[in-house]
Amino acid sequence: MIEIKTKIINNAGLHTRPAANIVKLASKYKCEFYLQKDSLHINGKSIIGVMTLAAEKGSEITLIFDGADEELASKEILDYFNRGFDEL
Amino acid sequence: MKSASENKLKGIGAAPGISISKAFLYKKEKEEIINEPITDLNEAIQNLDAALEKSKKELRKIFSLAVDKLGEKRAAIFEAQIMILDDPILISTVRNRIKSEMRAPEYIVHDEISKYTDMMNMSHEPFMRERSHDIEDIKNRIIRNLKKKKWKSKITSDVVVVTTTVSPSDTVLFSRVNVKGYVTDFGGLTSHAAIVARSLNIPAVVGLHEATNRIKEDDLVIIDGYKGEVIINPDEKQLKEYQKKISRLQKQGEELDKLRDLPAETTDGKLIHLLANLELTDEMEMVTHSGAKGIGLVRTEQLFEEYEAFPDEEEQYQMYKSIAERIYPEIVTIRTFDIGGDKVLPVDFKEPNPFLGWRGIRLLLDNPQLFKTQVRAVLRASSHKNIKLMLPMIASLIEVKRSKELINECKDELKKEGINFDKHMGLGIMIEIPSAAVLIRDFAEEVDFVSIGTNDLIQYLLAVDRGNEIVSSIYQEFHPAVVRTLHYIISEGMNCGKSVSMCGEMAADPFAVPLLIGLGLDTISVSASAIPLIKKIIRNLSYKELKAVADECLAFKSEKEINDRMHRFFNENEKDQIKNLY
Repeated sequence: MIEIKTKIINNAGLHTRPAANIVKLASKYKCEFYLQKDSLHINGKSIIGVMTLAAEKGSEITLIFDGADEELASKEILDYFNRGFDEL
Repeated sequence: MKSASENKLKGIGAAPGISISKAFLYKKEKEEIINEPITDLNEAIQNLDAALEKSKKELRKIFSLAVDKLGEKRAAIFEAQIMILDDPILISTVRNRIKSEMRAPEYIVHDEISKYTDMMNMSHEPFMRERSHDIEDIKNRIIRNLKKKKWKSKITSDVVVVTTTVSPSDTVLFSRVNVKGYVTDFGGLTSHAAIVARSLNIPAVVGLHEATNRIKEDDLVIIDGYKGEVIINPDEKQLKEYQKKISRLQKQGEELDKLRDLPAETTDGKLIHLLANLELTDEMEMVTHSGAKGIGLVRTEQLFEEYEAFPDEEEQYQMYKSIAERIYPEIVTIRTFDIGGDKVLPVDFKEPNPFLGWRGIRLLLDNPQLFKTQVRAVLRASSHKNIKLMLPMIASLIEVKRSKELINECKDELKKEGINFDKHMGLGIMIEIPSAAVLIRDFAEEVDFVSIGTNDLIQYLLAVDRGNEIVSSIYQEFHPAVVRTLHYIISEGMNCGKSVSMCGEMAADPFAVPLLIGLGLDTISVSASAIPLIKKIIRNLSYKELKAVADECLAFKSEKEINDRMHRFFNENEKDQIKNLY
């Protein structure tokens, strides 16, 4: 299991387009993937779940990966967060 | 016992005919989500899958056409909505709950998705509330599709449908069962319910306001499409009177059938081309039996109404080919999709004035791929040289020029592919926007024929929304401006050597037909069911007299004078022939 703390750094925050992209990335991998913010624990392969996260710029989010390909999955998804969802 | 006036409702007779049947109340808006138990799990799961699949197709249809108009943000929301329909967590939870709780799918869908929207609504961020609306939207779409399936199984045949309004997709639903008539709270003469009822040859009374409140499920109703009356639970006397009327109508119908093979010719030898409009494939039989000399208008958007996605080239080709073959050697005029923005834009993206908005040729030229697919299909079906193509909602010459460029591209492609088609296929336009009427000479140089669409022309010329009953009395086909504009289009079009026809509702009005012919019109296209009656009227008229009456009407300054004149003319010339109908 991999647990990583990260921050939302783009101005618009985690809006619909990045939410959809995160789910699409996660769906490529077999491992389980969760996002945790405050008390919310969301399955990262569920678009409707990810959309319930109100995460504006500066929010802290914990990404949790668990499964055989967790290394690759965490690398790609963390990279997407670090690029500010390609909106910087 | 109720007195005669107590059980009578007065509305607008929108499609002729009389029927006596039980009422079926179609209250689509008022139905609530009921937490009801189910007995057949397999059926429930199948319904859920079908509704999810249908919702996906609908969204893709919207997405494919409107993506350029929606902007990036909206487009992303659409994509997310489509993804929600495939959301592995959500969908498996819904399935499991249906199984374990044995409750109706629409209830479980509602309950499960509401958990997410409730969470979003608790947030203090305004954008989360907005997001919850988007999720609500997809929830409602799934539930709507689940319910549609239910309605389909509920409607029995031989009923009069009583509802608030009839949408194009409702009509497809009703045309499958043997509906005996329509009764609606809202709508006018040119509403969708009216047009479809006429083409299916069943009576319709619209604009009754309180029909859905006054009529109860299974009430016996008499619907009189001539007078625009509905009688609820008739007494013995009313029932007898109407049964007599029905048998008299039947006899008259048989009389009219005898006219089938006779020409639509005036007493002094002027031949009128009497064509049929086509909008449902089920109508084809009626068209060939009506004695129509061809099809003057195929409403293609209606033909494919029940398709969830836009039909591909092959599906369209097969459809057009079969129509062309069945009407051969007569000619069929196919109009390209006349879709309004309301059909392809998301619900919260409503245009403030859809009739002045993104529709007809405007939408097609913004979606050249959609347009070209249709043109290619029509061209491929044209190899027997009995197809013409017509463009809707033309306002400016540039639209015709741009359409021609795209049509030529299609022709070049087909040539390269070695596919046979009619190289000289006729191209025409609808004259339904006043600017096209004013520029008729310029348009006549560009196209082979024009067809007057009176429904829209009158609404745009007089600035009267034809669906709005508050102003329905000033939607006037005998308004002097309408009559003079028609005269201008007909005479100028013919002076340029081009054929001019009419395919709107006015062409099927027994009082208007004499005036139209007097104005010089020689081709009219009406619902197949109206053809025998119109033919009978024409065969009683003298063209010489009609011209004189038309000249009188062109000089009148008020609607009343023209209306009175045409009614007087009708009573003098036709009353004896067409008894007791009007």
